[in-house]
Order: sequence, then structure tokens, then C-alpha cells
Amino acid sequence: MATTITPKRITDIGPPHYEKFLPPVIRRNYGAWKYHEVLEPGVLCHVSETGEKLYSVRAASPRLLSIQTIRLFADLADKYCGGYLRFTSRNNVEFLLEKLDEVAPLKADLAAAGFPIGGTRATISNIVHTQGWVHCHSSATDASGIVKSVMDSLSEYFVEEKLPAKLRIAVACCLNMCGAVHCSDIAILGVHRRPPKIRHDMLAKVCEVPTLISSCPTGAIRSAVVEGRQSVEVIEEQCMFCGNCYTVCPAMPMNDPENDGISIWVGGKVSNARSEPKFTKLAIPFLPNNPPRWPEVVEAVKNIVENYAKNARRFERMGEWIERIGWPRFFELTGIEFTRYHIDDFKNAGLTFARSTHLRF
Amino acid sequence: MDEKKPKTELLDELEKGPWPSFVTEIKKATETSPMATDLLGQLELSYHERKGHWKHGGIVGVLGYGGGVIGRYSDVPEQFPNIAHFHTIRINQPSGWFYTSDSLRTLCNIWERHGSGLTNMHGSTGDIVFLGTRTEELEPVFKELTEAGFDLGGSGSAMRTPSCCVGEARCEWACYDTMKLCNDLTQAYQDELHRPSFPYKFKIKCAGCPNDCVAAEARADLSVIGIWKDDIQQDDEAVAKYAAEGLDIQRDVCDKCPTRCMSWNGELTINNRECVRCMHCINVMPKALRPGVEKGAALLIGSKAPIVQGALLSSVLVPFVPQEELFDTIKELISRVWEFWDEYGKNRERVGELIQRVGMANFLDAIGLDPVPQMVTAPRDNPYIYFQKKSENE
Ligand code: SF4
Ligand code: SF4
Ligand code: SF4
Ligand code: SF4
Repeated sequence: MATTITPKRITDIGPPHYEKFLPPVIRRNYGAWKYHEVLEPGVLCHVSETGEKLYSVRAASPRLLSIQTIRLFADLADKYCGGYLRFTSRNNVEFLLEKLDEVAPLKADLAAAGFPIGGTRATISNIVHTQGWVHCHSSATDASGIVKSVMDSLSEYFVEEKLPAKLRIAVACCLNMCGAVHCSDIAILGVHRRPPKIRHDMLAKVCEVPTLISSCPTGAIRSAVVEGRQSVEVIEEQCMFCGNCYTVCPAMPMNDPENDGISIWVGGKVSNARSEPKFTKLAIPFLPNNPPRWPEVVEAVKNIVENYAKNARRFERMGEWIERIGWPRFFELTGIEFTRYHIDDFKNAGLTFARSTHLRF
Repeated sequence: MDEKKPKTELLDELEKGPWPSFVTEIKKATETSPMATDLLGQLELSYHERKGHWKHGGIVGVLGYGGGVIGRYSDVPEQFPNIAHFHTIRINQPSGWFYTSDSLRTLCNIWERHGSGLTNMHGSTGDIVFLGTRTEELEPVFKELTEAGFDLGGSGSAMRTPSCCVGEARCEWACYDTMKLCNDLTQAYQDELHRPSFPYKFKIKCAGCPNDCVAAEARADLSVIGIWKDDIQQDDEAVAKYAAEGLDIQRDVCDKCPTRCMSWNGELTINNRECVRCMHCINVMPKALRPGVEKGAALLIGSKAPIVQGALLSSVLVPFVPQEELFDTIKELISRVWEFWDEYGKNRERVGELIQRVGMANFLDAIGLDPVPQMVTAPRDNPYIYFQKKSENE
């Protein structure tokens, strides 16, 4: 009897080594870059110690890409960049060129294919975002649709450099914040506003009750017997709708089209430039979930961006601007209402209380 | 595949406007996959009903791995049978997200054969994300990926796929080789990455300088952020040129310096002992100022998004490690951190939350690090001190 030889299954090889994906000009000048210039929004020129130059052309991407579009990018890389390209940490695509005179035709090809060029320095770069209704079970809203709607209305700030400093926007569709929106200039965050609807019929079958109880940051979940079945109950006044319980137990769904919606946060940053990194702070506690174009969200973000563009000083990030003028003035300029929800009442709440008479009116 | 194109009146709205459209992308993918067609249909339904139609998780994967695949099932499979299963595959990206056109085509061809043809370039943690396939396709995709030199990324309570900024490959500000460190660490922790055995996830991000283009400060349990220890390199001729070209050095550089350690009177003087290495002046005058030559990184620990106990930023653990020593130092440090976390961490407790619960001082004792003033913005301001019992030799 013939034995079939099965080839050994390959595992644990890790990612391919980056070196083979680097264009020759980068291999030659790795670690030897001297300075860079922004020739125009979206076009960078890096100059090495030896005088060699690398041109990078940055184009927008919806992050969700079909293989058809990736093949288009690959063809453009062949045509202009010897087949080399990269993506940025904000999901832009970057073409890496050795010759300056190839930049213009590449830009024309990208424009014809519908990919705007920009996102460098004092612009709004691509919005980092999460999966939303396209692929996630716990979303309070969609992500891609909001990003598209917001960027359609702000794309001038991507292709032109007309802000005081860079402005980073992030979208997350629930408090899990896969997109870590908690340190962006503007964060758009999907929120639930009702406690989980407990599925008593399936809870004991699909969830471990002790794990479920301990998953709640506020201790709002208690063990209970409901209609003769082992289940849990939620003390509603203690629930802040974080969805932790749903993450560990499918019988605690949070979805609620009538009450789910969007909150807007401002003034965070990760860079250490000038001021220390900071968290985003609440600007608008709730806006309705209004697909397909989310006009309320678009309007709110645009209003904040325009006020920032008009009033901040050069090099001042959103959070730095607000700290200089003070929050009362931020609310006054933007016309956003200050409510009880803006006052922290979770752990360490006192840290954001005004603890001086440094007051502004 | 246009035999039954779903009606997408709401989604069609999102094909208008100047920004590239994800709806257009999904429509393009319908050329090669009926899954994309059903995804459009289900998404349109979500847009009408304002709620998602995906079921909670489900454990699926490839043989011998405990992660890298996120199970996903439609909750309306009768209506959209082609996405009854719609699992995500995370593929570990090459450092710095560099590709050749051929490597991208290889990935596209694999995904055309075995999945929806839809991707994220890239996911939030940095992986290449293949969006949507059936359980029985997982092994074939995995086989073809590994044969092409790619491997899965992390998910669940495991080491997550590390990521890094472009670093020395294209940035003059990199204070160490981020892409090499990221790749070396990823290779060193293949087992921890593929086989979840931690209390919760553990992320590493490597940024080459304090500009932190990968959000290491906010999104990594271990944040490696490049800094220099000596003086900023200064080229006075280039400074003068910026001034001549109209840069207001007093207003836009000196006055924005957080420690006001710079002065300008036609000549720029930096008091480097008071510089906090924030990068502002270097960002504004890249031709004139550069990080010093004694380069390395600061190691910070504990950042995370809000889930479970609230969001945290990373805080300083080791203020400076010379670049040559980074890999070994990080490996040693991580092994001690993991040992402590493994023993004392609760289920779904990130390292940062564990430190909050047990106290930084106890954590430092446990991992054998001495306290240094760079770890705090100020000493404690409350007198509730847990004095330890006198030890024998005091
Ligand atoms: S933020 Fe929440 S809803 Fe959005 S993709 Fe992440 S876990 Fe899913
Ligand atoms: S949503 Fe959050 S606060 Fe409310 S019960 Fe669930 S875990 Fe507790
Ligand atoms: S983090 Fe610093 S070194 Fe890395 S790409 Fe950004 S600016 Fe350059
Ligand atoms: S790096 Fe920052 S702190 Fe240091 S001199 Fe420049 S602006 Fe001042």
C-alpha cells in the first residue's frame, strides 16, 4: 500500500522579514536619513546623509479594501515605485518613489482612481476606526459609514494644510474602543444607554455566572433565580452601559436601536510634543444614530474643527488650545451645552474638578 | 455574480462624496465573492434597523493555535446564507507595513480563493485583516499563508501582534531600530502569540521617538518610546536659515518649549539639562535640530482602553535603555512582568490594572526594579504610607 507523504505543517514562522519588502533606496539609507521636507500636502521628501532622496506619496484609504483595490495599488507601485509601497499607522497607503518627476503622474493616477492625496503635517489624516456593523457583534453604531460621512465633509482639511497643527480623529463603535480613541484630538464613540437585556432562557447554558458577576466594573450584576431558572439581575442604577458583561456572556445583549447613539470627545493626544499625552474629554454626551449619513455627528465634528481652525494658535493641538482658552470658552465658542454628564462620577472623579479659583468667564 | 444584487439604497448614499468609499470596496469584491454580496445585503439591513446583525463570537481556529481567528456568524443566516460564517483572520504584518506588489498579489490571490476578498489594511492592532470566511476554509488559508511566508497574528488573552513606526527605514528622528526590535520581539514570542495563556491581552508597541506615531503611550501594555540622553544636535547655520526664511523662532519655537529652556537672540541656545525631549523644536526645524547621538528608548508600562476598570496611559518604568541593550533588557523585563501577572493577575485584568490594584511600589519590588524619580511627576501627596517592617539588617 502506498503511503502518502504529508508535508510538514508550517507553524510559528512569524511575519515575513521586513527587509525583503524595503525599496533599494531605503536599504541603502537605512538609519542614515538626515531630514525631510513636505513638498506639498501628502508628498514627503526624505534626504539622507549621502544626499539621496526618497519621495513618499500618501493617499487616503477607507481601510476596508477589496482585493481589487489592493491589486490596483500593487499595479501603481509597479508602474512608479519598482513595486514597493507601504501603509501607515492610520491606514493611509504610501507609494515610495526615487524620482521626483514620477510624483505628478502617480498623483494623477491616484486622483483618477478616487484616492485623495494628503494627510501630512497640519492636516486631518485618515480617521482610525473600528469594525461597526460590517463585522462586530457589540457595536452601538457603524464605524465605516461615520468615517465616510465625516471625511466627505472635512476632506479639504486632508488635501490642504490649513489647520494650526495636526488633527487626529478616531471612531470606535463601542466602549471596547478597538481603535483606542481615548487619546485623539476628536473621538467619535458609539454608546449604549440601556442596561443589557438579560436572556434568562439561555444564560445558564452559555455563561459562567461567577465570571459574569465579576466582569462588571460597578458590581451591578447579582445572581438571581428567574422563573425557576438560575440567572442574574442587573441593578439598573449602578449600570453605566459599558458592555463588559456582554463581552463575557452572549446572554447579556446591549443592542438597542432606540437608545444607542454617539458621543463626541475632544482634546486628547499621544505625541509628547510640547504638552504631555492626554486623554480625550467629553464634549457631547449623546447624538442620535442616524445612518446613512449621520448629519448630527458630521455637523458637530465640523463645528469643533472650524472653531479650532479659527481660534487656535499655530502648532497648538486641540487639547492645548482648549487648555489655553479654558473649557468655559470652548463650550461658549462651540455652542455645545454643558450638562451633568460632563462632570465625572466614576473612580478618581475629583481629578477633573476645578480645585482652584483660577476661573474664567 | 449579479444574478441577485441586493437593493442598497441607504448604502448607495455612501458612495457619493470625495472620500474613498467602503461601500464601493464591498461592491468591487462582489465581482469575485458571493460573500461580499450578502455582506452588502446584511449591512443594508443594519442601516435600516440601526443595529448590528452579528452573533457573539464563537471559538474557531486553526490546528495548534489558540488565536488569530475571530469567529463570526450572522444572526440572519436564512436571509444571507453566504455569510452564515464570516470569520476574521488576523495575519501578522511585516514590520513598518512595507510590502512588494508581488507579496500583496500573493495575499490577494489566497484571499480570492478562500474568502470574501475583503480586508482591512490594517486592523487596529496592526495586523493584516482578512474579513470573512467559512470555518472549513481556515486550514487551507493558513496552509497557503504559511507557504507564502506569512503567519497569523494574536487574539484573545495572549501576546498581541507587536507593531512599530517606520523608524530608521524612513525617519531621521528614530532613536533606535524600531522595525528590527519589533520583528525580533515578535519572533521571540511566537508561542505566547499563538497560544493564549495570559490573564488578558498583552500589547507591545515600538515608537522611534516621543512623537509616538504608533500611539504606544496609549495603546500598549509595554510602550517602547525612543529618546536620546545627551544634547540635541544643533546646526546654527540651518537655524539662521529658518529665521531668514521667516520662521518666528521666538514665538513658534522658544515660547512653545514646555520647559522654556531655549532662548533666541539671533542665536539659539538650548539648556539641554532642562530639555524634556518633547520633540517640538525638532519637529519645527528638522533641518537644524536633531535628537542627540546617545540614543535608546524609555520603557513605559500599562496603557489600555477603558475596558474593564478605566483607560490608562503608560507610565515610566525604565527611563532610558541604550539602543544596543533594548532587546535583552525588554526580554528580561517582560519575563518578570509576566511571572508576576501570571501569579497575581485576575481574569481579564491588564497589567496596568494589576499595578493600580497592588500598587506600583509592590509591582517594582516584585519585578526587582529600584524606584527612580523619573517614574513620577511628583512624590505622593498623601500620608497614608504602608511602611514595611524593619528588616534584620536595618
Ligand atoms: S469598538 Fe466595540 S463594537 Fe467596535 S469593533 Fe471594537 S469591540 Fe466591536
Ligand atoms: S453594562 Fe457594564 S455596568 Fe452594566 S451590567 Fe454590564 S458590565 Fe455592569
Ligand atoms: S515615532 Fe518618531 S521615529 Fe517613529 S515615525 Fe514617528 S516621528 Fe519618526
Ligand atoms: S525638545 Fe522640547 S523641551 Fe527640548 S528644547 Fe526642544 S522644545 Fe524644548
